[in-house]
Amino acid sequence: MEVMTSSTVPAALAEIRDDFLALPQKERLTLLLEFSNELPELPERYQEHPDLFERVVECQSPVYIFVEIDDDDSVHLYATAPRESPTTRGFASILAQGLDGLSVDEVLAIPDDYPQSIGLTEAVSPLRIRGMTALLARTKRQIRARRGDAASAG
Amino acid sequence: MSVELDPAPKFSEYAHPERLVSTEWLAEHLGTPGLVVVESDEDVLLYETGHIPGAVKIDWHTDLNDPVERDFIGSAGFAAMAGAKGISRDSTVVIYGDKNNWWAAYALWIFTLFGHEDVRLLDGGRDKWIAEGREVTTDAPQLTPADYPEVERKDAPIRAFKEDVLAHFGSPLVDVRSPEEYSGERLHMPAYPEEGALRGGHIPSAANVPWGRAAASDATFKSRDELEAIYKGEAGLTDGDDVIAYCRIGERSSHTWFVLKHLLGFENVRNYDGSWVEWGNAVRVPIVFGSEPGQAPAPR
Repeated sequence: MEVMTSSTVPAALAEIRDDFLALPQKERLTLLLEFSNELPELPERYQEHPDLFERVVECQSPVYIFVEIDDDDSVHLYATAPRESPTTRGFASILAQGLDGLSVDEVLAIPDDYPQSIGLTEAVSPLRIRGMTALLARTKRQIRARRGDAASAG
Repeated sequence: MSVELDPAPKFSEYAHPERLVSTEWLAEHLGTPGLVVVESDEDVLLYETGHIPGAVKIDWHTDLNDPVERDFIGSAGFAAMAGAKGISRDSTVVIYGDKNNWWAAYALWIFTLFGHEDVRLLDGGRDKWIAEGREVTTDAPQLTPADYPEVERKDAPIRAFKEDVLAHFGSPLVDVRSPEEYSGERLHMPAYPEEGALRGGHIPSAANVPWGRAAASDATFKSRDELEAIYKGEAGLTDGDDVIAYCRIGERSSHTWFVLKHLLGFENVRNYDGSWVEWGNAVRVPIVFGSEPGQAPAPR
């Protein structure tokens, strides 16, 4: 039987990756800008709660994330990043859209090198891609921490 | 054909006032024949969110570096890049960017490697232009490609290699990184990801002057007096010194190079673009760990 921890790219993230890879280099930046513009505003219930958000210090601009896990085990990633940092906003938006509604196990199974696979290492410097890798890693860490809390509470 | 200089009194204090223009000057001169405005940012998507009308983008990462070797583009590459952006050999090029003109200064330094004569920075850069509520647009500029000649890249006067630094000991070095990188506590600026250098610290005898100290809070350059106090007073440079500046990959030190060369008038300033990513990985080069500059070894 397959081990459950094998990495699988969820459908939404696979589609985003394929969309990027189908484009010539310059247009990939345009698509990243679209994602950047689509980063959703925080839901009202979180707007007054900066305390819940964790800074992704590996990113070159102030990015904060908060992972929400619903009662039905589905994950939502919320992120804020300044308008003057469109690249970072784009990365956060890809992850926020790509993993929204996935189960905890599905998010934990996203390959850690997903950010390297979407064809942006040429157009955007590898150093910056590392910021997205950190976004994903911190998202997973928050999920593990929260799941650990729930398990010990139960 | 060179566009007239900005006569702003602030600039006349500097050694080379012709290297700066103000936001007012640029607003009045947009569209002047012979003027090409270039935006070069740290965030490579920022230009696309809105730029000065007519400005072209130069991407430090994809436009100025050789894609294979760790080096800048060569003569043919520069000619093709500049020509495609509508820049001729006699164009007046005004460069601006985000974060105190950090990457704009890097682009200007590379234009200087190719001997482009009239290249200037917008004092205050992108931040000041936007803070003043001046016009920005997402419309792509109407570009007429120009014919830029293939000119030799002359590294020696303004670019230092590792061997040059080893031979330079005894003359001043300026490390423009953050105090944490200088001491060796960190390998990249605070809040940035750690970059792969195997050793932390600084080149022996280098003075630590973080590059951003040259900028005022509105992103313009500090006054000549303030700059003299920092670089001559604190860092101990004296007129006529032969200076080498470095950082992590040579971008922050391009900014300091501009300050020393064009604002304070040091004639012999070189930027060691190999910087810490090379030095901190090189075998058998001397390193000082901690916050003291340390003694210069014998030049080799």
